[in-house]
Amino acid sequence: MWSLSHIANEIHTWLSNTFNPTWTQIIEMVLAGVAVIGLFAALGLVLVLMERRVAAWIQIRLGPNRVGPFGLLQSMADTLKLIVKEGLTPDGADKVMFNVAPFIAMIVAMLLMAPIAFAKDFQLWDLNIGVLFVTAISSIMVISILMAGWSSNNKYSLMGAMRSGAQIVSYELSAGLSIMTIVVLTGSLQVSDIIHSQANGWWIFKGHVPVWIAFITFIIAVTAETNRAPFDLAEAESELTAGFHTEYSGMKFALFFLAEYINVFIVCAIGATLFLGGWMPLHFGSGNAFNHAMDYIPSSIWFFGKTFLLIFLIMWFRWTFPRLRIDQLLNLEWKYLLPISMVNLLVTTAMAILGWHF
Amino acid sequence: MYRQTEIIKEAVPGSNGETGEFTINVGPQHPATHGVLHLVITLSGETIKKVEPHLGYIHRSIEKMCESLTYRQFIYVTSRMDYLSSHINNHACALCVEKGMQIEVPPRARVIRVLMDELTRIASHELWWGAMAMDLGAFTPFFHAFRERESINDIMEETCGARLTMNYMVPGGVMQDIHPNFQKRVKEFIRLYKRKIDEYDELVTGNIIFQNRMKGVGVLTPEDAVSYGCSGPVTRGSGVSSDIRKLYPYEIYDKLEFDEVLETGGDSFARYLVRIREMQQSIRIIEQLIDQIPEGDFQAKTKAVLKLPKGEFYTRVETARGELGVYIVSEGGTTPYRIKFRSPGFSNLSVLDHIARGSKIGDLVAMMGTLDLVIPDIDR
Repeated sequence: MWSLSHIANEIHTWLSNTFNPTWTQIIEMVLAGVAVIGLFAALGLVLVLMERRVAAWIQIRLGPNRVGPFGLLQSMADTLKLIVKEGLTPDGADKVMFNVAPFIAMIVAMLLMAPIAFAKDFQLWDLNIGVLFVTAISSIMVISILMAGWSSNNKYSLMGAMRSGAQIVSYELSAGLSIMTIVVLTGSLQVSDIIHSQANGWWIFKGHVPVWIAFITFIIAVTAETNRAPFDLAEAESELTAGFHTEYSGMKFALFFLAEYINVFIVCAIGATLFLGGWMPLHFGSGNAFNHAMDYIPSSIWFFGKTFLLIFLIMWFRWTFPRLRIDQLLNLEWKYLLPISMVNLLVTTAMAILGWHF
Repeated sequence: MYRQTEIIKEAVPGSNGETGEFTINVGPQHPATHGVLHLVITLSGETIKKVEPHLGYIHRSIEKMCESLTYRQFIYVTSRMDYLSSHINNHACALCVEKGMQIEVPPRARVIRVLMDELTRIASHELWWGAMAMDLGAFTPFFHAFRERESINDIMEETCGARLTMNYMVPGGVMQDIHPNFQKRVKEFIRLYKRKIDEYDELVTGNIIFQNRMKGVGVLTPEDAVSYGCSGPVTRGSGVSSDIRKLYPYEIYDKLEFDEVLETGGDSFARYLVRIREMQQSIRIIEQLIDQIPEGDFQAKTKAVLKLPKGEFYTRVETARGELGVYIVSEGGTTPYRIKFRSPGFSNLSVLDHIARGSKIGDLVAMMGTLDLVIPDIDR
């Protein structure tokens, strides 16, 4: 079997036989880092192209189709252009904060990669508080946006950053609460435990109505958390030109841009892990022929398939809905989503105690 | 330790640390203004305290230019005023010259003119619909709107030879006869369009976010609409009857069956609905006329050099944005002594400060969208 975990084990065995344990660990860390950066770049390219093709498909046009087959090299060309562009720092900007902000955005996105299980037994760091780690680290994202907005010395940027601050801090609550419903059902914060608990059916099937509500809340909340339309108030181009990254150019802009897409990927991966079983194939009951047939599909394909399905959903939102106003955005969270998810968490807890789920 | 206001005062130039108010410039280069309009907005947080439009960035002194052009030539310049309803601008000028010269326009030309006017109105409202949805953050409607607008542009290109500044109306009629395909293409367009307009409602009008953004926002009372001199869909959204085609019929509008669209809400959503329903009324007018184009001349016989008698002449028409008035003062020569255009956009813009105060900056963009501002029309 050429699964990802098999390859990882082969490398580990070879390194252990060749080097002493300390060097093995150091080399493995470097390899993991390189793998994350590689995945980061690859995902950035793929997701930008996907967004443009999906948008084009919804908007009855073709999208990028000239550079390379099906426009596959278009994102490469764009990246090259952004790299050679001058990275301007405006006069009057807080230089240190201005230049550090995009890197914080990217570091946050990279750190979030750690607890995600990309395939069966293929995970960078299966820490026992995996889900908590994700929610904690993703809150740091808002700091980079606030830094960017404040240091740019631009009123549009400042307004975008302030909007974004209010928005992300609010929507983290209902995102966190909807994640908690699965934690309550599973009884563990560890990502691998959560996935293994779905071996006989994904939570979206096993969990009845409360999990459906949690799933919908989660999708809405993470769309808002990643600043995607219809909640893209932080960059609302028709109101604030480009919001918090108005003054950024070149690679520094590209890092923000990349971080947005990686964040979309990560929240969708978390959603797929919690609600749709992560790399777990589609199983009903246990031991029947259908389950065996599903097992033949590699686990990485299951994981990426589910994740990209959710990404497509979020892209679909973006190209369909108009944008909310800031007060409507906060009303939606504090008056509707938060009470709903609180009650929902209570109901789920009762359900978990009484064992009403499958 | 700084007090918070001091930090804002230092970091944000132009802010007034005492009240927490600060000004931002929307435009002249800004994605929301659809042109070179410059709004100086005084904000307190996200709330708008004052909107001050600064004009003149695209002033080309069209009125002055017209004074040195003959009565045949000056019509072409007016296509560049409100470039989205250039047919109707040309129509107003041609009507004014005809009124002065007392030229009898042949019935065929009259029908063609009305058909073109209504097609232009649909095309203009189409673009407004797409652009307004884009102001609210929805991109897709823009492309859907352009798909339909493109078929109108194709019809125009075939008959008039141009897609945007058609210059098709001349004193005495139209410049040339319609293309043999014209009737067929227009019927095809109507058939297609009737299906699409339901799609618009599904995509935008019925959307809950869209309705929440539009309802109760930018309310313009009927009294204010009249006292600010608004016209067109902006007043009709407030329930004030102002359709020049009904009130002061020109050409053959008095013989046609169509309704003046009135909404009583006065908010952005009412103005939106007026325009959507106006497109349907335009379709109704086109359907009545497309099979009834009479045979005959497309242009009255006129002298090579037109000379208006000494006097003052005024005509008004209903463009896609409202009432366009053309006022010509003639000294009896071949060129006008003075021309004044009463453009709908200028008066409609003046109401922006009034309706925007106290609302959020996101709503300002929606209000500008529903006022349907075309900047070259405001500046001229």
